[in-house]
Amino acid sequence: MPPLGSLSQDLDRRDFDWYADKLVEILVFAGGFSAIILILGIFFFITREGLGFVFSSLDIVEFFTSPRWRPTSELNATYGAFALMAGTASITGMAMLIAVPFSIGAAVYIAEFAGPRSRETLKVLVELLAAIPSVVWGFIGLTLMNSLIIEVFDVPVGLNILNAGLILGLMAAPIMTTIAEDALKAVPDHYREAAEAMGATKWQVTRRVVIPAAKKGLAAAILLGVGRGFGETMAVLMASGHAINIPGSIFDSVRALTATIAAELGETAVGSEHYRALFTLGIFLFTITFVINLTADIIVRGTRKR
Amino acid sequence: MVAAPSTPPPVVEVNNLRIRYGKEVALQLDELSVVPNEIFGIIGPAGSGRTSFLKAVNRMDLFDRSMDVEGSIRFRGRDVRTWKNVYSLRRRIGVVFPLPVGLPLSVYDNVALAPRLSGVRAKSELNDIVERCLRRAALWDEVKDRLSSLGSLLSGGQQQRLTIARGLSQDPDLLMLDEFSIAVDPVTTMRIEDVLKELKQELTIILVTNLVQQARRLADRTAFFLGGRCIEIGATDAIFSGEVKDRRTTDYILGRFG
Amino acid sequence: MSDTGGGGSLFAATARDLDNRKKQARYRGVFLGMTLLLILPVFLILAVLISRGGPILSLGFLFTYPSSGMTAGGVFPALLGTIFLVTAALVFSVPLGVAAALYLSEYAADNWLTRLINLAIINLAGVPSIVHALFGVGAFVLFFGFGTSILAASLTLAVMTLPVVIVSTRESLQAVPRAFREASWSMGATRWQTIRHIVLPNSVSGILTGVILEVSRTAGETAPIMFTGAAFFLPFLPQSVYDQTMALSLHLFVISTQVPGVPDALPYGVALLLISIVLIMNSASIALRMVLRSRKKW
Repeated sequence: MPPLGSLSQDLDRRDFDWYADKLVEILVFAGGFSAIILILGIFFFITREGLGFVFSSLDIVEFFTSPRWRPTSELNATYGAFALMAGTASITGMAMLIAVPFSIGAAVYIAEFAGPRSRETLKVLVELLAAIPSVVWGFIGLTLMNSLIIEVFDVPVGLNILNAGLILGLMAAPIMTTIAEDALKAVPDHYREAAEAMGATKWQVTRRVVIPAAKKGLAAAILLGVGRGFGETMAVLMASGHAINIPGSIFDSVRALTATIAAELGETAVGSEHYRALFTLGIFLFTITFVINLTADIIVRGTRKR
Repeated sequence: MVAAPSTPPPVVEVNNLRIRYGKEVALQLDELSVVPNEIFGIIGPAGSGRTSFLKAVNRMDLFDRSMDVEGSIRFRGRDVRTWKNVYSLRRRIGVVFPLPVGLPLSVYDNVALAPRLSGVRAKSELNDIVERCLRRAALWDEVKDRLSSLGSLLSGGQQQRLTIARGLSQDPDLLMLDEFSIAVDPVTTMRIEDVLKELKQELTIILVTNLVQQARRLADRTAFFLGGRCIEIGATDAIFSGEVKDRRTTDYILGRFG
Repeated sequence: MSDTGGGGSLFAATARDLDNRKKQARYRGVFLGMTLLLILPVFLILAVLISRGGPILSLGFLFTYPSSGMTAGGVFPALLGTIFLVTAALVFSVPLGVAAALYLSEYAADNWLTRLINLAIINLAGVPSIVHALFGVGAFVLFFGFGTSILAASLTLAVMTLPVVIVSTRESLQAVPRAFREASWSMGATRWQTIRHIVLPNSVSGILTGVILEVSRTAGETAPIMFTGAAFFLPFLPQSVYDQTMALSLHLFVISTQVPGVPDALPYGVALLLISIVLIMNSASIALRMVLRSRKKW
């Protein structure tokens, strides 16, 4: 046994390894904390650029109710974002009409019906669907989908709500499928076994036991899909027709909030009213997606606690 | 071997210890001390707070946020929580937890990890340590030809002995074993028990076991934990010959419950 | 099972059972159909892109400059630019993301600060790409004075893809069982020593999988780089990180919407090239993950 004196010193001395561990802890904490800094930074910088507009020229009522987005008008520039909101809402709505049933259906199949092998394959394919870049989707909308819609529905222009909604639906579907499948998988097996033991078929079990038990997770999946739809930029810009319009039918061209920023920011002078107005749209988008993500997180957290 | 004025100061000294997980008290220990070079046996049924005790001594509570330790545990005369370098403290105190864990490193690296962490670099010295510890853990003969295979892929019993070898490789002052023979066959268990008796010359051992007879064979003194309380502490011979303060001790030893 | 069929053996299917079984098969078919319809577009799109853009793809296409006002020639500066942007973005996002993941997985206590960090990550992932672009303009281009440059664009991309790195890294770290950490700690290893000797060696390939996935995401992004550093057309290659660069994704947008008289095959070729890069990276990541899963070390 070593002499007691030296032993005590050893226990009481912070050696190199102790300090190395502390240093690493500080470094990785900085990494973790950077996520908070960044999200605050995003809010700070878009607000910093947009705030001047909000306080000087923004007419809140006009912004939310007027369909006239005429930032480049020499005499009387107006900043009514209502048509843009209607555009975003109609495209997202169209997308959800497709994505919600299909992705939940796919999630049910993958989680409840598919065997282990086909489950793996299908999940990989869904992942590949998610990997297709936004600009490629936009290009598909601009070319293939455009001519397809003109042909099938006999309309003059194929760049419209239907086109952008279909594209967006396919883009949002993978994330919704994945989250919905996770939610279904999280339902404990003994629920299923109990129901099956009573003679229920797979579908009855799914409909009466699994889906109700997973409904919060499914709601979160839909909500996150909506969030994706709101935020999608390039595909919507290219496939929607990009015309300011309060839509009357799914064959109308519309313009989305995101697409407006993407199309106009390059042509504005830094610090101009138009430039600041675009940042104000950014603040609006940021706020909405923040609320959507927060809500989805609260819903998911609720299910985890139970 | 009851502590007398002439004996050296205890290695571990516990006063008014209370370990909680949330609101639930896992162990309440008024007084307990372990003297140098003894094997101190702790017996008792599962859930009696024995493993929590070992964790608290080794300050594993530090990384387990649900675990709350109050009162004092002194190691070498000072509360374990006041030593500035918890890692040095743990290097001096080896623990073998009941679940065998072969780290996903080679068998050699499993045993060489602790010496390396404390600065041993020389290849020959490492070789010596690895061989000595594996021999003591009665594993050397089985693995000497495949020291480079993964420790995490050994059989359960082998991993258990690998865990013991790792505990020894730290060259600790205090070795705490928690049901070390749970996945080991009786013959090997006997071999390890012999090693422990030899090791007693060099270090102090706390032996948590659910095999009453193992405590009887090895321990100088034995404590009986039940439901988070220490019911009995005394010389092993005395306890096993029926000199007990509490009837439940005898009942447990005779296998009437637990 | 209630005996409503009357007579017969105990195990004979009742009419109700048969009906259920038929229904079951029908529902199964419907859900399978929905799943297939959902993933069918991947193949359709690939088929169309290959048939229309395939013929134009050649080594020459990859290594020549665009010519005649981007209506002819190749994509060399755009391809190289995408590689620059992705590499630079990785340089920023991987160290930061791995650090954040290490903190969350190895050090963080379960408290309000950790919850706040997790919330920030979720929201960072949910912020629209065009808002990231606005942030890039406000912060990197203007405030930090990097101008529209590779530096500003790749920083914007890095911020945007940071959640991908954090989430995938944290997953790989947490796939290493806690028992290994406890065994290492109990021997007196510090947390960092445990990370270095036990956790990282057993999760590094999983982290790599996530990084490859990030590469594929980053390569396809358009909106975040539009105003921060990617140029419509440049007749030369960037000389430093303070220069602008072309990029494949933006190039596809430009030649399919902004430039008149582009022959049909050209944008299809660019789209095919872009999607190939992305899908190859993705498949590599998936393949690596499967190899890892089959080679268990414990």
